[in-house]
Amino acid sequence: MSGHSQSASGSAVNLTRWINRTVIYGLLVFFAIVYLMPLFVMVVTSFKTMDEIQSGNMLALPQSPTIEPWLKAWGEVCVGLTCAGIKGYFWNSIKMVVPAVVISTVMGALNGYVLTKWRFPGHTLVFGLMLFACFIPFQSVLLPMATILGNLGRFGNSLEDTIGTSLGFGNPTENLVIVHVIYGLGFTTLFFRNFYEAFPSELVKAAQVDGAGFFQIFRRIMLPNSLPIIVVTVIYQFTNIWNDFLFASAYAGTGDAMPMTVALNNIVNTSTGVVEYNVNMASAMIAALPTLLVYIVAGRYFVRGLMAGAVKG
Amino acid sequence: MNTIATTDPLKTRSRQRSTLRGKLQDALPQIVLAPSFLLTIVFVYGFIVWTGYLSLTNSKTFPSYAITGTRAYERLWRWTLESDPPSSWYTSITNMGIFGSLYIGICLALGLLLAILLDQKIRGEGVLRPIFLYPMALSFIVTGVAWKWFLDPGLGLEQTLHHMGWTSFHFDWIKNKDFVIYTVVIAGVWQASGFVMAMFLAGLRGIDGEIMKAAQIDGASSFQLYRRIIIPLLRPIFLSAFIVLAHMAIKSYDLVVALTSGGPGGSAWLPSNFMYEYTFKRNEMAVGSASAIIMLMTISAIIVPYLYSELKEKAR
Amino acid sequence: MAFLQISSLRKRYGSLEILKGIDIELDEGGFLVLVGPSGCGKSTLLNTIAGLEAITQGDILVDGNSIADLHPSKRDIAMVFQSYALYPNMTVAGNISFGMEMRGVPLAERKQAIEKVAKVLQIGHLLDRKPGQLSGGQRQRVAMGRALVRDPKLFLFDEPLSNLDAKLRVDMRIEIKRLHQTTGKTIVYVTHDQIEAMTLATKIAVMKDGLVQQFGTPFEIYNNPANMFVADFMGSPAMNLLTGAIEQANDGLHVTLERPSGNPVRLAIPARLQGLEAYAGRQVVFGIRPEALTDPEGADRNAVAVVENECLIEVVEPAGSDTFAVIKLGGKEVVARLRADARINAGQNVRLAFNLDKAVFFDPQSQARIA
Repeated sequence: MSGHSQSASGSAVNLTRWINRTVIYGLLVFFAIVYLMPLFVMVVTSFKTMDEIQSGNMLALPQSPTIEPWLKAWGEVCVGLTCAGIKGYFWNSIKMVVPAVVISTVMGALNGYVLTKWRFPGHTLVFGLMLFACFIPFQSVLLPMATILGNLGRFGNSLEDTIGTSLGFGNPTENLVIVHVIYGLGFTTLFFRNFYEAFPSELVKAAQVDGAGFFQIFRRIMLPNSLPIIVVTVIYQFTNIWNDFLFASAYAGTGDAMPMTVALNNIVNTSTGVVEYNVNMASAMIAALPTLLVYIVAGRYFVRGLMAGAVKG
Repeated sequence: MNTIATTDPLKTRSRQRSTLRGKLQDALPQIVLAPSFLLTIVFVYGFIVWTGYLSLTNSKTFPSYAITGTRAYERLWRWTLESDPPSSWYTSITNMGIFGSLYIGICLALGLLLAILLDQKIRGEGVLRPIFLYPMALSFIVTGVAWKWFLDPGLGLEQTLHHMGWTSFHFDWIKNKDFVIYTVVIAGVWQASGFVMAMFLAGLRGIDGEIMKAAQIDGASSFQLYRRIIIPLLRPIFLSAFIVLAHMAIKSYDLVVALTSGGPGGSAWLPSNFMYEYTFKRNEMAVGSASAIIMLMTISAIIVPYLYSELKEKAR
Repeated sequence: MAFLQISSLRKRYGSLEILKGIDIELDEGGFLVLVGPSGCGKSTLLNTIAGLEAITQGDILVDGNSIADLHPSKRDIAMVFQSYALYPNMTVAGNISFGMEMRGVPLAERKQAIEKVAKVLQIGHLLDRKPGQLSGGQRQRVAMGRALVRDPKLFLFDEPLSNLDAKLRVDMRIEIKRLHQTTGKTIVYVTHDQIEAMTLATKIAVMKDGLVQQFGTPFEIYNNPANMFVADFMGSPAMNLLTGAIEQANDGLHVTLERPSGNPVRLAIPARLQGLEAYAGRQVVFGIRPEALTDPEGADRNAVAVVENECLIEVVEPAGSDTFAVIKLGGKEVVARLRADARINAGQNVRLAFNLDKAVFFDPQSQARIA
């Protein structure tokens, strides 16, 4: 008798549990589809012909898949008046991102090292001032920077006139490297400071007793044990700088030196001729691939970087 | 005696040199930090002062350095009250209000919901989590391009549903000056909510399991467990997520450009777009600078107390 | 002249004074233990000897030369840290030889030195491993190896055993003692564990609030504590410190200890103890270690002044090697240490022997020793 009622209530519990699980999975799958939809549409469209796009269903798989749009986007598409594809702009971005990431990471590592292991009176204030720089709307420094970079450009031109080379002054790509290093310093310093904060100080003391100097300790003790935070910082900086549009459009918004994001925006918003959506989508995919690739390969570090950037102090 | 006299000057000289080197050694950490600090002081704080200065001049296309007073701010203030027809500034700040509150509110709610759903010992969490988070890796420009296509009445969702037979479906917000800002909210939420989810998930995983066991023994239902115990425990995450979202919202510029090109008649502008347009396109440098300073002060009002309390807590 | 001489050393952080004038002298080959509760300044003192923290005032001399202004690596010291501070990215051999590498010692010489040290500490089979692959005890050995290989004038140990489990701690304690005996090096050792202090030291400095409370041999510290803090801190279980009244009677001085039963214990003070006459009619703190309060059969046969008294046992704690009994006396819970096979039960009245040879008296106000 009692056994009977127990199994009846047991199946009721099972039923509510089953309903719960179905609702949970249902919601999750629904959201997953919503989140994937734009990417899916982008990928699918980039492999379709224009005819198929105009007549067919946005969500349908391409009937006769073609890589023509990708080739056109890479090598032929017009950005402004130049029709040589986005490959040049892709390389512009690479040439900007790599030095900016390397320089800002190295400086951030040294800053973090000093701010945790070689503290001096006022170190919190110095860190606070650098940290606040992460949050400023870049609009508040946009104009003065433009003036300074303009002067650098004029200086480069006069150098070119007198000694035959500008020594790189005024080169838009180099300008963007400078800008991204300066405004990335707050983040890289934050990452390394928080990491080195938890790094045992006794190791530094032991190395001092062993006779290692400031840079020896950094190179032999700190750096070899910093791989995780180096990966996080590099990924964070790479993603941020690659994806930047504001600085890129303000300081390299026209001409051959524009980075990928600006070129993509020009392609998509061009009003001349027939809009080739498949080429647009292929271009967008090419612009998105480096950061997506980083995310897929090192997603764990990507998330850690976002979190470290979010949870301050 | 003689030997002592000869060694004495040598000794002092070597000591002097060693103290000079020693002083340099002692200052080495500060010397290493100095370039970064100076760059920050000049290029962040110096430039902010410079921008503030420009906002008090009558700079148009080119900077002018004669102070003419607070005319730019007065104009912004006049525009703030100019709602019919709306001035660009009025549109920008009302858009900021709509975008900011919806973007932050929906991201927090959706992020928390997804995190709680994923925290129910789900099979396939490893597949689902990256799906919610990948938009964060994309550039705002790419996001804008994708959603522009997706929301275009002639090409995207509307067209697709018409093809499927739902011909009465009508969705043209992206071309509608009254609704275009909401499409920015949609794309923005799509991009950032996964990140908020990741923050909440980390918070949920960090909660002491014994607290949950104790609450269950006390007879709390799942709903009560979340409402009374878990969500209150996530308060610090709410704060961090709010700070991050608020500062992303105020900085949003690229998304508006890529998704709407500013919207019909600038109807999708945010203050960041206003600043850029007035400074670089409409040759109203002083007004642009004034709007940048107002943006900075708004962010500072949120960030400075937060950073101050965080750093003070750390120092203790 | 002493080998290590610390004179009127002060250390200030802003307005906060951590060390308030420390004077210590240690002979060559001595083993000095700095002991005290956390925050007493013992680790800061060690760090100033190592040169890891600058001193505000005073001087530190080793072998007659001031080292106060020298860089840590120039002081001819070696240090073993609480967390061992092994460089996680280097092998054991790399860890041991890093200091030599920094000083530019040639590779062949380094190898020789590593092998010699590895033999002494029996870590030859670990030389190619990384610290992450070692057990706690092995890490401890490697950390000592790193110090030994330096062959310094002075060894510094900063709570080196506190991260080990109880059994390993005893083993390593013996190892350190043996090392000290065989090498004859001068050692300064910081711990908060008074047993380590007692077993290892030739000299102990008991510290509190940035001051040395007492400096002396372990025997002096244990048997003649300078004040109530030292008496209470050294020894486990701690010395019983109870309030008593001094009375002058016809048959000499007595100390009276109140009991809840209303029948106070009255003990004759042996003539050995001088200076208590001035306290006649006043309250003092009477100190007696648990082992000096025992069952009559277990009492020290060589003791001169043993007084027996019947006491009510409140709690019995058999600890294997001894049996501890708690009684109420002088307003305090007092611990007596009985033989393991003493048959007693809670609630019984038992005769206990007070060995007054070992009794000490303190002034309740100044907390300083009277007699």
